[in-house]
Amino acid sequence: MTTILKVTGYGVRNLVRSRWLLLYAFFFLASAEGLLRFSSDGTKALLSLSSVVLFVVPLVSVVFGTVYLYNAREFTEMLLAQPVRRSHLFAGLYLGLMLPLAIALGTGILIPFALRGLLRGADGGTLVILVFTGAALTAVFTALAFGIALRIEDRLRGVGAAIGIWLLFALFYDGLLLLLVALFADYPMEKPVLALVLANPVDLARVLLLLRFDLAALMGYTGAVFQQLFGGWTGSLLAATALTLWIAIPVACGQRRFRRKDF
Amino acid sequence: MIDVIGLDKHFGALHVLRALDLRIARGRVTAIVGPNGAGKTTLIKSLLGLVHPDAGSIRIKDTMVNGDVRYRAGIGYMPQIVRFPENLSGRDLIALLTHLRGAAVARDEELIDAFALGEHLSKPVRSLSGGTRQKINALLAFLFRPELLVLDEPTAGLDPLSSSLLKDRILAARGVGGTVILTSHVMSELEELADDVAFLVDGRVAYIGTLFDLKHMTNQSNLERAIAVMMRQGMAA
Repeated sequence: MTTILKVTGYGVRNLVRSRWLLLYAFFFLASAEGLLRFSSDGTKALLSLSSVVLFVVPLVSVVFGTVYLYNAREFTEMLLAQPVRRSHLFAGLYLGLMLPLAIALGTGILIPFALRGLLRGADGGTLVILVFTGAALTAVFTALAFGIALRIEDRLRGVGAAIGIWLLFALFYDGLLLLLVALFADYPMEKPVLALVLANPVDLARVLLLLRFDLAALMGYTGAVFQQLFGGWTGSLLAATALTLWIAIPVACGQRRFRRKDF
Repeated sequence: MIDVIGLDKHFGALHVLRALDLRIARGRVTAIVGPNGAGKTTLIKSLLGLVHPDAGSIRIKDTMVNGDVRYRAGIGYMPQIVRFPENLSGRDLIALLTHLRGAAVARDEELIDAFALGEHLSKPVRSLSGGTRQKINALLAFLFRPELLVLDEPTAGLDPLSSSLLKDRILAARGVGGTVILTSHVMSELEELADDVAFLVDGRVAYIGTLFDLKHMTNQSNLERAIAVMMRQGMAA
């Protein structure tokens, strides 16, 4: 247990001093600040900020994560040669990558809202959900980064795979879904679409956020279906559970792979 | 000290280790040599538990290498290349390894002074030269006075002064009963340090014995030529 904490601690310490992480935090700070200035109220700023988070967090988590892990390869080997259990080392490496990214996201977003005293009330609640959803996406996509870096030995192909995964979940998925719905317009598509939404972490995060805004119908087909089938808590709970599974399963797979891998 | 029996390993279609047997004596420096792709690195990584063999067994001291990780507390490993986390300092790395190995371990800090590393240890690794990083790499292997040192090309990238300091350290470790496993492309260096030579060809140990016997057997005056003769014979066989 203390091994996990120690390895996590040094991962955090290494990344917190990294310029890239600082830049990442500053990006969210600037986005939140800018959107608050140019929107008439906090809710609208939050809505736009949600789109930014849904787009950028998966990209940076999976691509930065993959590159980081390739760079850490030799050091990981060195740590593996110490009297440390692989499962502990994996947990430490994962948390040491995921937590700094989530912390950068959280601080970047929260500071502009905190300075305006917008942390309470309805917007405050949404803000908390936005930060948690962003953190969950970070957890999902860094776990996928581990999956890539542990499976693909060639860096270039690995980074390509990372970008591919992001393109798939963040861009193409909704388009394909829409295409599917258009093709089968004569059939009842709610149930299959729902299943497909559950299979995409970015969609799940979007649903979690949009159910808060009561604007689900405005934001794509998936949101509308979700709101229609589950208003309020049922929908949120279902989406949150599915998102948790999206963290747990890739982490478990990565852990398994890490234990068996030849370095 | 080390007993390797019937070690077998495939990487895909590549048969890297073929039922390799090897016994390494305690308190001696053993050089592992062989042509590229003979399985040196895979053998070393198997000893450290980085590679899981398909078959065979490895015993280090009294522990079988098969999952229990505590035996590694007695091993100091110096990998050929290591890229430390850029924003950590040497001190951070020492603190991390000290923790992972148990805080009670007595550290050998002489090497910090010998390598003149003192002030460099507080700087982030990214601002250090390649040679200084390699010195930290060496320091981390020797720091915990391990019974077994596994050194993969240890002097690569070191200046002559540091390189000779490191060689002194290797011999000193042997002097107090330590076991050293060494690879290097520089044969004269192995000749200076090694008591025994294990010659690997195609995933098997083609020869193991003392350096003296090897030279005698091949009728050569130095290790480089003796190995060359062995390789030529290996190709012919």
